[in-house]
Amino acid sequence: MNLNKINIGNLFLVTAIIMLLVGLCFGILAAFTYLYPNFLKENIGFISLRPLHVSSALFWIILGGTGCVYNGIRSILKIEFSPQIAFIQWCLWIVAIIGIFYSYFTHQFGGREYWEFNPVWALPIAVAWILFIINFSKAITNVKKWPVYVWMWVTGIVFFLFTFSENYLWLFPYFRSHFVTDMTIQWKVNGSLVGSWNQMLYGTAFFLMDRISNSKQVGKNNLAFAMYFLGLFNLMFNWGHHIYTLPTEKYIRYIGYAVSMTEWVFFAKIIYNWKGSLNEIQKNYHYYPYKFIMAADIWVFINMGQAILLSIPAINLYTHGTHITVAHAMGTTIGINSMILIAACFEFLKPNLFKNKTNSKYLNFIFWLLQLSLFIFWISLNIAGIKKGIWQMSENQISYSKMMETLTPYFIIFVIAGFGLLISFFAIAIKLLKNSTNSLIINKF
Amino acid sequence: MKFKARHTFFILSVLFLIYTISIYLEPYNLNNNSAKTKNIINGKLVWQKYNCQSCHQLYGLGGYLGPDLTNLMSQQNKGEPLLKAMIKSGNKQMPAFNLSDLEMEELISFLKAADNSGSADPRKFRSNSFGMIEKE
Repeated sequence: MNLNKINIGNLFLVTAIIMLLVGLCFGILAAFTYLYPNFLKENIGFISLRPLHVSSALFWIILGGTGCVYNGIRSILKIEFSPQIAFIQWCLWIVAIIGIFYSYFTHQFGGREYWEFNPVWALPIAVAWILFIINFSKAITNVKKWPVYVWMWVTGIVFFLFTFSENYLWLFPYFRSHFVTDMTIQWKVNGSLVGSWNQMLYGTAFFLMDRISNSKQVGKNNLAFAMYFLGLFNLMFNWGHHIYTLPTEKYIRYIGYAVSMTEWVFFAKIIYNWKGSLNEIQKNYHYYPYKFIMAADIWVFINMGQAILLSIPAINLYTHGTHITVAHAMGTTIGINSMILIAACFEFLKPNLFKNKTNSKYLNFIFWLLQLSLFIFWISLNIAGIKKGIWQMSENQISYSKMMETLTPYFIIFVIAGFGLLISFFAIAIKLLKNSTNSLIINKF
Repeated sequence: MKFKARHTFFILSVLFLIYTISIYLEPYNLNNNSAKTKNIINGKLVWQKYNCQSCHQLYGLGGYLGPDLTNLMSQQNKGEPLLKAMIKSGNKQMPAFNLSDLEMEELISFLKAADNSGSADPRKFRSNSFGMIEKE
Protein backbone atom coordinates (compact mmCIF):
# COMPACT_ATOMS: atom_id res chain seq x y z
CA MET A 1 0.00 0.00 0.00
CA ASN A 2 1.38 3.39 -1.00
CA LEU A 3 0.57 5.67 1.93
CA ASN A 4 1.65 8.75 0.00
CA LYS A 5 -1.42 8.38 -2.18
CA ILE A 6 -3.94 8.21 0.67
CA ASN A 7 -5.76 11.40 1.63
CA ILE A 8 -5.49 10.89 5.37
CA GLY A 9 -7.85 13.76 6.21
CA ASN A 10 -10.59 12.15 4.17
CA LEU A 11 -9.82 8.73 5.64
CA PHE A 12 -10.56 10.24 9.07
CA LEU A 13 -13.73 11.91 7.75
CA VAL A 14 -15.08 8.69 6.19
CA THR A 15 -14.37 6.81 9.45
CA ALA A 16 -16.11 9.60 11.36
CA ILE A 17 -19.22 9.35 9.16
CA ILE A 18 -19.39 5.60 9.78
CA MET A 19 -19.18 6.29 13.54
CA LEU A 20 -22.01 8.81 13.20
CA LEU A 21 -24.24 6.14 11.66
CA VAL A 22 -23.29 3.60 14.32
CA GLY A 23 -23.96 6.19 17.03
CA LEU A 24 -27.40 7.00 15.62
CA CYS A 25 -28.37 3.32 15.67
CA PHE A 26 -27.26 2.90 19.29
CA GLY A 27 -29.03 6.17 20.16
CA ILE A 28 -32.33 4.92 18.78
CA LEU A 29 -31.95 1.60 20.62
CA ALA A 30 -31.16 3.47 23.86
CA ALA A 31 -34.18 5.76 23.35
CA PHE A 32 -36.41 2.69 22.92
CA THR A 33 -35.58 1.59 26.45
CA TYR A 34 -37.32 4.75 27.70
CA LEU A 35 -40.58 3.46 26.16
CA TYR A 36 -40.05 -0.29 26.56
CA PRO A 37 -38.13 -0.90 29.81
CA ASN A 38 -37.43 -4.58 29.04
CA PHE A 39 -36.06 -3.87 25.56
CA LEU A 40 -32.64 -5.57 25.30
CA LYS A 41 -32.49 -5.47 29.12
CA GLU A 42 -31.07 -8.97 29.50
CA ASN A 43 -28.61 -8.61 26.62
CA ILE A 44 -26.79 -5.29 26.59
CA GLY A 45 -29.22 -2.99 28.39
CA PHE A 46 -29.15 0.76 28.83
CA ILE A 47 -25.89 0.60 30.85
CA SER A 48 -24.10 -0.45 27.64
CA LEU A 49 -26.31 1.32 25.10
CA ARG A 50 -25.74 4.75 26.62
CA PRO A 51 -21.91 4.61 26.47
CA LEU A 52 -22.09 2.94 23.04
CA HIS A 53 -24.14 5.88 21.80
CA VAL A 54 -22.06 8.55 23.54
CA SER A 55 -18.69 7.13 22.46
CA SER A 56 -19.80 6.64 18.84
CA ALA A 57 -21.06 10.23 18.72
CA LEU A 58 -17.79 11.48 20.21
CA PHE A 59 -15.75 9.40 17.74
CA TRP A 60 -17.74 11.14 14.99
CA ILE A 61 -16.82 14.53 16.39
CA ILE A 62 -13.19 13.85 17.34
CA LEU A 63 -12.24 11.86 14.22
CA GLY A 64 -14.19 14.37 12.11
CA GLY A 65 -12.31 17.24 13.77
CA THR A 66 -9.01 15.45 13.13
CA GLY A 67 -9.92 14.97 9.46
CA CYS A 68 -10.85 18.65 9.13
CA VAL A 69 -7.56 19.80 10.68
CA TYR A 70 -5.52 17.52 8.39
CA ASN A 71 -7.46 18.67 5.33
CA GLY A 72 -7.44 22.30 6.40
CA ILE A 73 -3.72 22.51 7.10
CA ARG A 74 -2.88 20.70 3.88
CA SER A 75 -5.07 23.01 1.85
CA ILE A 76 -3.79 26.25 3.47
CA LEU A 77 -0.13 25.43 3.79
CA LYS A 78 0.20 23.14 0.81
CA ILE A 79 2.26 20.91 3.07
CA GLU A 80 1.98 17.15 3.23
CA PHE A 81 2.01 15.49 6.62
CA SER A 82 3.96 12.37 7.27
CA PRO A 83 1.48 9.82 5.89
CA GLN A 84 3.12 7.05 7.88
CA ILE A 85 2.58 8.82 11.22
CA ALA A 86 -0.97 9.80 10.26
CA PHE A 87 -1.79 6.27 9.17
CA ILE A 88 -0.46 4.79 12.43
CA GLN A 89 -2.57 7.39 14.24
CA TRP A 90 -5.67 6.22 12.35
CA CYS A 91 -4.84 2.53 13.05
CA LEU A 92 -4.51 3.28 16.78
CA TRP A 93 -7.96 4.88 16.74
CA ILE A 94 -9.41 1.80 15.06
CA VAL A 95 -7.79 -0.43 17.70
CA ALA A 96 -9.23 1.81 20.45
CA ILE A 97 -12.72 1.86 18.92
CA ILE A 98 -12.85 -1.93 18.58
CA GLY A 99 -11.51 -2.37 22.12
CA ILE A 100 -13.95 0.14 23.60
CA PHE A 101 -16.96 -1.44 21.87
CA TYR A 102 -15.82 -4.89 22.96
CA SER A 103 -15.54 -3.70 26.56
CA TYR A 104 -19.08 -2.28 26.50
CA PHE A 105 -20.52 -5.53 25.15
CA THR A 106 -18.67 -7.50 27.83
CA HIS A 107 -19.69 -5.01 30.56
CA GLN A 108 -16.19 -3.83 31.45
CA PHE A 109 -16.83 -0.19 32.21
CA GLY A 110 -14.80 2.79 33.33
CA GLY A 111 -17.92 4.00 35.11
CA ARG A 112 -17.18 7.71 34.80
CA GLU A 113 -19.77 10.26 33.79
CA TYR A 114 -20.25 11.31 30.16
CA TRP A 115 -17.39 9.67 28.19
CA GLU A 116 -16.47 6.47 29.89
CA PHE A 117 -14.76 3.24 28.89
CA ASN A 118 -12.29 0.74 30.28
CA PRO A 119 -9.16 2.88 30.91
CA VAL A 120 -6.91 0.41 29.04
CA TRP A 121 -8.31 1.77 25.78
CA ALA A 122 -7.30 5.32 26.64
CA LEU A 123 -3.70 4.33 25.88
CA PRO A 124 -4.00 3.89 22.10
CA ILE A 125 -6.03 7.12 21.94
CA ALA A 126 -3.36 9.03 23.90
CA VAL A 127 -0.57 7.66 21.67
CA ALA A 128 -2.60 8.48 18.55
CA TRP A 129 -3.05 12.02 19.83
CA ILE A 130 0.67 12.46 20.53
CA LEU A 131 1.35 11.37 16.93
CA PHE A 132 -1.24 13.92 15.78
CA ILE A 133 0.56 16.67 17.73
CA ILE A 134 3.91 15.65 16.20
CA ASN A 135 2.49 15.70 12.67
CA PHE A 136 0.59 18.94 13.20
CA SER A 137 3.39 20.85 14.94
CA LYS A 138 5.88 19.95 12.21
CA ALA A 139 3.60 21.61 9.68
CA ILE A 140 2.65 24.78 11.50
CA THR A 141 6.03 25.80 12.91
CA ASN A 142 6.99 27.08 9.45
CA VAL A 143 3.99 29.39 9.24
CA LYS A 144 4.63 32.99 10.24
CA LYS A 145 1.15 34.44 10.63
CA TRP A 146 -1.42 32.06 12.02
CA PRO A 147 -5.00 32.89 11.15
CA VAL A 148 -7.42 32.51 14.05
CA TYR A 149 -8.51 29.05 12.96
CA VAL A 150 -4.94 27.74 13.24
CA TRP A 151 -4.86 29.12 16.81
CA MET A 152 -8.15 27.34 17.48
CA TRP A 153 -6.84 24.07 16.09
CA VAL A 154 -3.66 24.36 18.19
CA THR A 155 -5.76 25.05 21.28
CA GLY A 156 -8.13 22.17 20.59
CA ILE A 157 -5.33 19.69 19.95
CA VAL A 158 -3.20 20.67 22.96
CA PHE A 159 -6.08 20.91 25.42
CA PHE A 160 -7.56 17.63 24.27
CA LEU A 161 -4.40 15.77 25.26
CA PHE A 162 -4.15 17.62 28.57
CA THR A 163 -7.76 17.09 29.64
CA PHE A 164 -7.93 13.57 28.24
CA SER A 165 -4.93 12.65 30.44
CA GLU A 166 -6.51 14.47 33.38
CA ASN A 167 -9.57 12.26 32.90
CA TYR A 168 -7.55 9.31 34.22
CA LEU A 169 -6.15 10.90 37.37
CA TRP A 170 -8.72 8.88 39.32
CA LEU A 171 -6.58 5.81 38.65
CA PHE A 172 -4.15 7.23 41.23
CA PRO A 173 -5.36 6.61 44.82
CA TYR A 174 -4.47 10.18 45.83
CA PHE A 175 -7.00 11.67 43.41
CA ARG A 176 -9.84 9.30 44.26
CA SER A 177 -9.32 9.56 48.01
CA HIS A 178 -12.07 12.17 48.31
CA PHE A 179 -15.03 11.69 46.06
CA VAL A 180 -16.16 15.34 45.97
CA THR A 181 -12.73 16.36 44.65
CA ASP A 182 -12.84 13.41 42.27
CA MET A 183 -16.19 14.67 40.93
CA THR A 184 -14.83 18.21 40.73
CA ILE A 185 -11.90 17.06 38.58
CA GLN A 186 -14.27 14.89 36.53
CA TRP A 187 -16.38 17.94 35.63
CA LYS A 188 -13.32 20.10 35.07
CA VAL A 189 -12.32 17.48 32.52
CA ASN A 190 -15.78 17.20 30.96
CA GLY A 191 -16.07 20.96 30.55
CA SER A 192 -12.61 21.45 29.07
CA LEU A 193 -12.71 18.33 26.90
CA VAL A 194 -15.89 19.56 25.21
CA GLY A 195 -14.25 22.98 24.90
CA SER A 196 -11.22 21.44 23.19
CA TRP A 197 -13.09 19.69 20.38
CA ASN A 198 -15.32 22.74 20.06
CA GLN A 199 -12.17 24.76 19.36
CA MET A 200 -11.19 22.30 16.62
CA LEU A 201 -14.64 22.47 15.04
CA TYR A 202 -15.22 26.22 15.42
CA GLY A 203 -11.78 26.69 13.88
CA THR A 204 -12.99 24.53 11.00
CA ALA A 205 -16.10 26.72 10.65
CA PHE A 206 -13.89 29.83 10.39
CA PHE A 207 -11.73 28.03 7.85
CA LEU A 208 -14.76 27.03 5.78
CA MET A 209 -16.12 30.58 5.85
CA ASP A 210 -12.79 31.86 4.55
CA ARG A 211 -12.86 29.24 1.83
CA ILE A 212 -16.51 29.64 0.84
CA SER A 213 -16.41 33.43 0.84
CA ASN A 214 -12.96 33.40 -0.79
CA SER A 215 -12.02 36.41 1.37
CA LYS A 216 -9.15 35.18 3.62
CA GLN A 217 -10.24 37.91 6.04
CA VAL A 218 -12.60 36.03 8.35
CA GLY A 219 -9.71 34.36 10.16
CA LYS A 220 -7.50 37.41 10.48
CA ASN A 221 -9.52 40.27 11.94
CA ASN A 222 -9.02 41.45 15.52
CA LEU A 223 -12.57 40.75 16.57
CA ALA A 224 -12.18 37.09 15.57
CA PHE A 225 -9.07 36.91 17.80
CA ALA A 226 -10.87 38.62 20.69
CA MET A 227 -13.69 36.08 20.40
CA TYR A 228 -11.16 33.23 20.25
CA PHE A 229 -9.50 34.34 23.49
CA LEU A 230 -12.84 34.75 25.19
CA GLY A 231 -13.65 31.19 24.09
CA LEU A 232 -10.31 29.96 25.43
CA PHE A 233 -10.92 31.77 28.73
CA ASN A 234 -14.26 29.97 29.01
CA LEU A 235 -12.74 26.62 28.07
CA MET A 236 -10.27 26.99 30.94
CA PHE A 237 -12.42 28.45 33.69
CA ASN A 238 -16.19 28.18 33.12
CA TRP A 239 -16.67 24.48 33.89
CA GLY A 240 -17.62 25.25 37.52
CA HIS A 241 -21.16 25.96 36.28
CA HIS A 242 -21.73 22.19 36.07
CA ILE A 243 -21.29 21.68 39.81
CA TYR A 244 -23.11 24.44 41.66
CA THR A 245 -24.82 21.96 44.01
CA LEU A 246 -21.68 19.87 44.65
CA PRO A 247 -20.16 20.72 48.08
CA THR A 248 -16.81 21.68 46.58
CA GLU A 249 -14.79 24.85 47.26
CA LYS A 250 -16.80 28.07 46.94
CA TYR A 251 -14.23 29.80 44.74
CA ILE A 252 -14.65 27.11 42.05
CA ARG A 253 -18.37 27.80 41.80
CA TYR A 254 -17.93 31.57 41.82
CA ILE A 255 -15.21 31.46 39.14
CA GLY A 256 -17.43 29.19 37.00
CA TYR A 257 -20.36 31.59 37.41
CA ALA A 258 -18.38 34.79 36.75
CA VAL A 259 -16.55 33.40 33.70
CA SER A 260 -19.75 31.92 32.22
CA MET A 261 -21.33 35.35 32.31
CA THR A 262 -18.68 36.65 29.89
CA GLU A 263 -20.50 34.54 27.27
CA TRP A 264 -23.05 37.38 27.08
CA VAL A 265 -20.41 39.07 24.90
CA PHE A 266 -20.69 36.26 22.33
CA PHE A 267 -24.44 36.49 22.49
CA ALA A 268 -24.43 40.27 22.05
CA LYS A 269 -22.06 39.90 19.08
CA ILE A 270 -24.40 37.46 17.36
CA ILE A 271 -27.32 39.86 17.78
CA TYR A 272 -25.21 42.85 16.71
CA ASN A 273 -24.10 41.03 13.55
CA TRP A 274 -27.55 39.68 12.79
CA LYS A 275 -28.21 41.83 9.75
CA GLY A 276 -24.79 41.16 8.26
CA SER A 277 -25.33 37.44 8.84
CA LEU A 278 -28.66 37.58 6.98
CA ASN A 279 -26.95 39.20 3.99
CA GLU A 280 -24.29 36.52 4.10
CA ILE A 281 -26.96 33.82 4.18
CA GLN A 282 -28.76 35.30 1.17
CA LYS A 283 -25.49 35.47 -0.74
CA ASN A 284 -24.44 31.87 -0.10
CA TYR A 285 -27.77 30.12 0.49
CA HIS A 286 -27.70 28.36 -2.89
CA TYR A 287 -24.52 26.53 -1.92
CA TYR A 288 -25.60 23.33 -0.17
CA PRO A 289 -22.67 22.91 2.31
CA TYR A 290 -23.15 26.53 3.40
CA LYS A 291 -26.68 25.70 4.58
CA PHE A 292 -25.13 23.59 7.34
CA ILE A 293 -22.87 26.46 8.45
CA MET A 294 -25.97 28.67 8.53
CA ALA A 295 -27.82 26.02 10.57
CA ALA A 296 -24.85 25.76 12.97
CA ASP A 297 -24.98 29.56 13.46
CA ILE A 298 -28.65 29.44 14.36
CA TRP A 299 -28.10 26.52 16.73
CA VAL A 300 -25.19 28.43 18.31
CA PHE A 301 -27.60 31.28 19.01
CA ILE A 302 -30.24 28.97 20.53
CA ASN A 303 -27.82 26.86 22.56
CA MET A 304 -25.70 29.73 23.74
CA GLY A 305 -28.79 31.56 24.96
CA GLN A 306 -29.81 28.42 26.83
CA ALA A 307 -26.27 27.80 28.17
CA ILE A 308 -25.99 31.33 29.59
CA LEU A 309 -29.32 31.01 31.36
CA LEU A 310 -28.36 27.58 32.73
CA SER A 311 -25.11 29.08 34.02
CA ILE A 312 -26.98 31.44 36.33
CA PRO A 313 -27.05 29.43 39.58
CA ALA A 314 -30.53 30.59 40.61
CA ILE A 315 -31.89 29.21 37.30
CA ASN A 316 -29.55 26.22 37.24
CA LEU A 317 -31.08 25.09 40.53
CA TYR A 318 -34.36 24.39 38.69
CA THR A 319 -32.82 22.75 35.63
CA HIS A 320 -29.85 20.84 37.10
CA GLY A 321 -30.19 17.07 36.77
CA THR A 322 -33.12 17.35 34.37
CA HIS A 323 -33.50 16.58 30.68
CA ILE A 324 -32.89 20.26 29.93
CA THR A 325 -29.20 19.43 30.35
CA VAL A 326 -29.62 16.56 27.86
CA ALA A 327 -31.41 18.92 25.46
CA HIS A 328 -28.48 21.31 25.71
CA ALA A 329 -25.89 18.55 25.17
CA MET A 330 -27.81 17.14 22.17
CA GLY A 331 -28.51 20.61 20.79
CA THR A 332 -24.82 21.48 20.75
CA THR A 333 -23.54 18.08 19.60
CA ILE A 334 -26.04 17.71 16.77
CA GLY A 335 -26.98 21.33 16.07
CA ILE A 336 -23.53 22.87 16.14
CA ASN A 337 -20.76 20.25 15.96
CA SER A 338 -22.49 17.90 13.51
CA MET A 339 -23.69 20.71 11.23
CA ILE A 340 -20.14 22.10 10.95
CA LEU A 341 -18.78 18.62 10.31
CA ILE A 342 -21.32 17.87 7.59
CA ALA A 343 -20.49 21.13 5.85
CA ALA A 344 -16.80 20.19 6.10
CA CYS A 345 -17.46 16.64 4.83
CA PHE A 346 -19.21 18.01 1.73
CA GLU A 347 -16.41 20.51 1.20
CA PHE A 348 -13.61 17.95 1.53
CA LEU A 349 -15.19 14.73 0.28
CA LYS A 350 -17.35 16.16 -2.52
CA PRO A 351 -15.65 19.43 -3.50
CA ASN A 352 -17.14 19.54 -7.00
CA LEU A 353 -20.62 18.27 -6.28
CA PHE A 354 -22.30 21.65 -5.82
CA LYS A 355 -19.99 23.98 -7.70
CA ASN A 356 -22.01 24.29 -10.88
CA LYS A 357 -25.51 23.26 -10.02
CA THR A 358 -28.26 24.25 -7.67
CA ASN A 359 -29.39 22.01 -4.84
CA SER A 360 -31.70 19.16 -5.65
CA LYS A 361 -35.18 19.18 -4.08
CA TYR A 362 -34.31 15.89 -2.45
CA LEU A 363 -31.25 17.28 -0.65
CA ASN A 364 -33.14 20.39 0.41
CA PHE A 365 -35.87 18.19 1.82
CA ILE A 366 -33.29 16.17 3.77
CA PHE A 367 -31.73 19.36 5.14
CA TRP A 368 -35.05 20.65 6.43
CA LEU A 369 -36.11 17.23 7.75
CA LEU A 370 -32.89 17.22 9.78
CA GLN A 371 -33.49 20.70 11.19
CA LEU A 372 -37.15 20.08 11.99
CA SER A 373 -36.42 16.71 13.61
CA LEU A 374 -33.70 18.26 15.74
CA PHE A 375 -35.94 21.13 16.79
CA ILE A 376 -38.74 18.75 17.86
CA PHE A 377 -36.18 16.50 19.56
CA TRP A 378 -34.76 19.46 21.45
CA ILE A 379 -38.18 20.86 22.44
CA SER A 380 -39.45 17.48 23.71
CA LEU A 381 -36.39 17.07 25.94
CA ASN A 382 -36.78 20.60 27.26
CA ILE A 383 -40.43 20.07 28.14
CA ALA A 384 -39.58 16.76 29.84
CA GLY A 385 -36.84 18.66 31.72
CA ILE A 386 -39.19 21.44 32.80
CA LYS A 387 -41.66 18.86 34.12
CA LYS A 388 -38.90 17.07 36.03
CA GLY A 389 -37.67 20.42 37.37
CA ILE A 390 -41.14 21.23 38.70
CA TRP A 391 -41.27 17.78 40.32
CA GLN A 392 -37.83 18.28 41.93
CA MET A 393 -38.94 21.53 43.55
CA SER A 394 -42.42 20.47 44.65
CA GLU A 395 -43.07 19.81 48.33
CA ASN A 396 -45.39 16.83 47.82
CA GLN A 397 -43.44 14.69 45.38
CA ILE A 398 -44.92 11.62 43.74
CA SER A 399 -42.47 8.72 43.37
CA TYR A 400 -39.66 8.98 40.82
CA SER A 401 -41.06 6.18 38.64
CA LYS A 402 -44.53 7.80 38.59
CA MET A 403 -42.98 11.14 37.62
CA MET A 404 -41.09 9.41 34.80
CA GLU A 405 -44.35 7.85 33.59
CA THR A 406 -45.85 11.33 33.24
CA LEU A 407 -43.01 12.15 30.84
CA THR A 408 -43.87 9.28 28.46
CA PRO A 409 -45.67 11.46 25.85
CA TYR A 410 -42.54 13.62 25.52
CA PHE A 411 -40.33 10.54 25.24
CA ILE A 412 -42.58 9.23 22.43
CA ILE A 413 -42.12 12.51 20.54
CA PHE A 414 -38.39 12.36 21.32
CA VAL A 415 -38.14 8.86 19.79
CA ILE A 416 -40.15 9.86 16.67
CA ALA A 417 -37.94 12.93 16.20
CA GLY A 418 -34.93 10.66 16.75
CA PHE A 419 -36.10 8.58 13.79
CA GLY A 420 -36.28 11.78 11.74
CA LEU A 421 -32.67 12.49 12.66
CA LEU A 422 -31.66 8.91 11.83
CA ILE A 423 -33.29 9.06 8.38
CA SER A 424 -31.88 12.45 7.46
CA PHE A 425 -28.34 11.70 8.68
CA PHE A 426 -28.38 8.36 6.83
CA ALA A 427 -29.51 10.08 3.61
CA ILE A 428 -26.71 12.67 3.94
CA ALA A 429 -24.15 10.00 4.81
CA ILE A 430 -25.10 7.90 1.77
CA LYS A 431 -24.60 10.96 -0.43
CA LEU A 432 -21.22 11.61 1.20
CA LEU A 433 -19.99 8.03 1.14
CA LYS A 434 -21.14 7.26 -2.42
CA ASN A 435 -17.99 6.80 -4.53
CA SER A 436 -15.99 8.08 -1.55
CA THR A 437 -13.05 5.85 -2.48
CA ASN A 438 -12.14 8.54 -5.06
CA SER A 439 -11.82 11.13 -2.29
CA LEU A 440 -9.38 8.89 -0.42
CA ILE A 441 -6.85 9.21 -3.21
CA ILE A 442 -4.69 12.27 -2.83
CA ASN A 443 -4.83 15.09 -5.39
CA LYS A 444 -1.51 16.82 -5.83
CA PHE A 445 -1.50 20.61 -5.58
CA MET B 1 -1.24 39.95 16.03
CA LYS B 2 0.77 36.76 16.36
CA PHE B 3 3.11 38.30 18.97
CA LYS B 4 0.24 39.55 21.12
CA ALA B 5 -1.73 36.37 20.64
CA ARG B 6 1.19 34.28 21.89
CA HIS B 7 1.50 36.40 25.03
CA THR B 8 -2.21 36.23 25.77
CA PHE B 9 -2.21 32.49 25.21
CA PHE B 10 0.79 32.10 27.53
CA ILE B 11 -0.73 34.23 30.33
CA LEU B 12 -4.06 32.38 30.17
CA SER B 13 -2.26 29.02 30.18
CA VAL B 14 -0.25 29.95 33.29
CA LEU B 15 -3.42 31.05 35.10
CA PHE B 16 -5.09 27.81 34.05
CA LEU B 17 -2.19 25.76 35.43
CA ILE B 18 -2.29 27.61 38.76
CA TYR B 19 -6.04 27.00 38.99
CA THR B 20 -5.56 23.34 38.07
CA ILE B 21 -2.83 22.82 40.70
CA SER B 22 -4.99 24.44 43.39
CA ILE B 23 -7.69 21.85 42.63
CA TYR B 24 -5.19 18.99 42.59
CA LEU B 25 -4.06 19.99 46.09
CA GLU B 26 -7.52 19.58 47.58
CA PRO B 27 -7.22 15.88 48.57
CA TYR B 28 -3.97 16.79 50.38
CA ASN B 29 -5.68 19.63 52.26
CA LEU B 30 -8.65 17.46 53.24
CA ASN B 31 -6.41 15.21 55.35
CA ASN B 32 -8.53 12.02 55.43
CA ASN B 33 -8.09 9.05 57.71
CA SER B 34 -7.11 6.36 55.19
CA ALA B 35 -8.22 3.35 57.27
CA LYS B 36 -11.67 4.85 57.68
CA THR B 37 -12.07 5.77 54.02
CA LYS B 38 -10.80 2.56 52.38
CA ASN B 39 -14.28 1.06 52.11
CA ILE B 40 -15.65 4.32 50.77
CA ILE B 41 -12.96 4.59 48.09
CA ASN B 42 -13.50 0.97 47.06
CA GLY B 43 -17.24 1.60 47.07
CA LYS B 44 -16.77 4.34 44.49
CA LEU B 45 -14.91 1.80 42.36
CA VAL B 46 -17.84 -0.63 42.72
CA TRP B 47 -20.13 2.21 41.60
CA GLN B 48 -17.92 2.65 38.54
CA LYS B 49 -17.46 -1.08 37.84
CA TYR B 50 -21.23 -1.56 37.41
CA ASN B 51 -21.62 1.75 35.56
CA CYS B 52 -24.30 3.00 38.00
CA GLN B 53 -23.66 6.53 36.68
CA SER B 54 -25.17 5.52 33.36
CA CYS B 55 -28.68 5.79 34.86
CA HIS B 56 -28.25 7.38 38.30
CA GLN B 57 -26.95 10.68 39.54
CA LEU B 58 -24.89 12.00 42.43
CA TYR B 59 -25.52 15.68 43.10
CA GLY B 60 -27.61 15.84 39.92
CA LEU B 61 -24.67 14.65 37.79
CA GLY B 62 -25.10 11.43 35.84
CA GLY B 63 -27.78 9.59 33.90
CA TYR B 64 -31.47 10.48 33.72
CA LEU B 65 -33.21 7.11 33.75
CA GLY B 66 -33.09 6.43 37.49
CA PRO B 67 -33.28 8.68 40.56
CA ASP B 68 -30.46 10.67 42.15
CA LEU B 69 -28.85 8.48 44.82
CA THR B 70 -26.88 11.09 46.80
CA ASN B 71 -29.20 10.99 49.80
CA LEU B 72 -30.77 7.57 49.28
CA MET B 73 -29.30 6.16 52.50
CA SER B 74 -31.06 8.66 54.76
CA GLN B 75 -34.41 8.73 52.95
CA GLN B 76 -37.36 7.45 54.90
CA ASN B 77 -38.47 3.91 53.93
CA LYS B 78 -35.54 3.65 51.49
CA GLY B 79 -31.86 3.37 52.48
CA GLU B 80 -29.97 0.12 52.71
CA PRO B 81 -32.90 -2.35 52.43
CA LEU B 82 -34.21 -0.72 49.24
CA LEU B 83 -30.71 -0.53 47.73
CA LYS B 84 -30.09 -4.24 48.39
CA ALA B 85 -33.49 -5.25 47.01
CA MET B 86 -33.06 -3.18 43.85
CA ILE B 87 -29.58 -4.51 43.15
CA LYS B 88 -30.67 -8.10 43.75
CA SER B 89 -33.87 -8.10 41.71
CA GLY B 90 -33.62 -5.10 39.37
CA ASN B 91 -36.51 -2.85 38.40
CA LYS B 92 -37.87 -1.64 35.05
CA GLN B 93 -34.79 -0.91 32.86
CA MET B 94 -32.40 -1.84 35.68
CA PRO B 95 -31.15 -5.43 35.47
CA ALA B 96 -30.38 -7.54 38.55
CA PHE B 97 -26.71 -7.24 39.57
CA ASN B 98 -24.72 -10.01 41.17
CA LEU B 99 -22.56 -8.13 43.68
CA SER B 100 -20.40 -10.02 46.15
CA ASP B 101 -21.01 -9.38 49.87
CA LEU B 102 -17.83 -7.30 50.03
CA GLU B 103 -18.82 -5.21 47.01
CA MET B 104 -22.25 -4.60 48.51
CA GLU B 105 -20.70 -3.52 51.82
CA GLU B 106 -18.30 -1.16 50.05
CA LEU B 107 -21.03 0.33 47.86
CA ILE B 108 -23.14 0.98 50.95
CA SER B 109 -20.17 2.68 52.66
CA PHE B 110 -19.68 4.89 49.61
CA LEU B 111 -23.34 5.87 49.40
CA LYS B 112 -23.39 6.62 53.13
CA ALA B 113 -20.37 8.88 52.66
CA ALA B 114 -22.10 10.60 49.74
CA ASP B 115 -25.16 11.10 51.92
CA ASN B 116 -23.06 12.57 54.74
CA SER B 117 -21.28 14.96 52.37
CA GLY B 118 -24.36 17.14 51.90
CA SER B 119 -27.79 17.38 50.33
CA ALA B 120 -28.53 17.19 46.62
CA ASP B 121 -32.14 18.22 47.14
CA PRO B 122 -32.62 21.48 45.19
CA ARG B 123 -35.36 22.51 47.62
CA LYS B 124 -32.72 22.96 50.30
CA PHE B 125 -30.85 25.70 48.41
CA ARG B 126 -31.52 29.43 48.29
CA SER B 127 -29.97 32.03 46.01
CA ASN B 128 -27.97 34.88 47.55
CA SER B 129 -27.72 38.47 46.35
CA PHE B 130 -25.11 37.54 43.69
CA GLY B 131 -27.43 34.95 42.20
CA MET B 132 -25.24 32.13 43.58
CA ILE B 133 -27.00 29.30 45.38
CA GLU B 134 -26.13 28.34 48.95
CA LYS B 135 -27.45 25.65 51.22
CA GLU B 136 -30.08 26.89 53.66
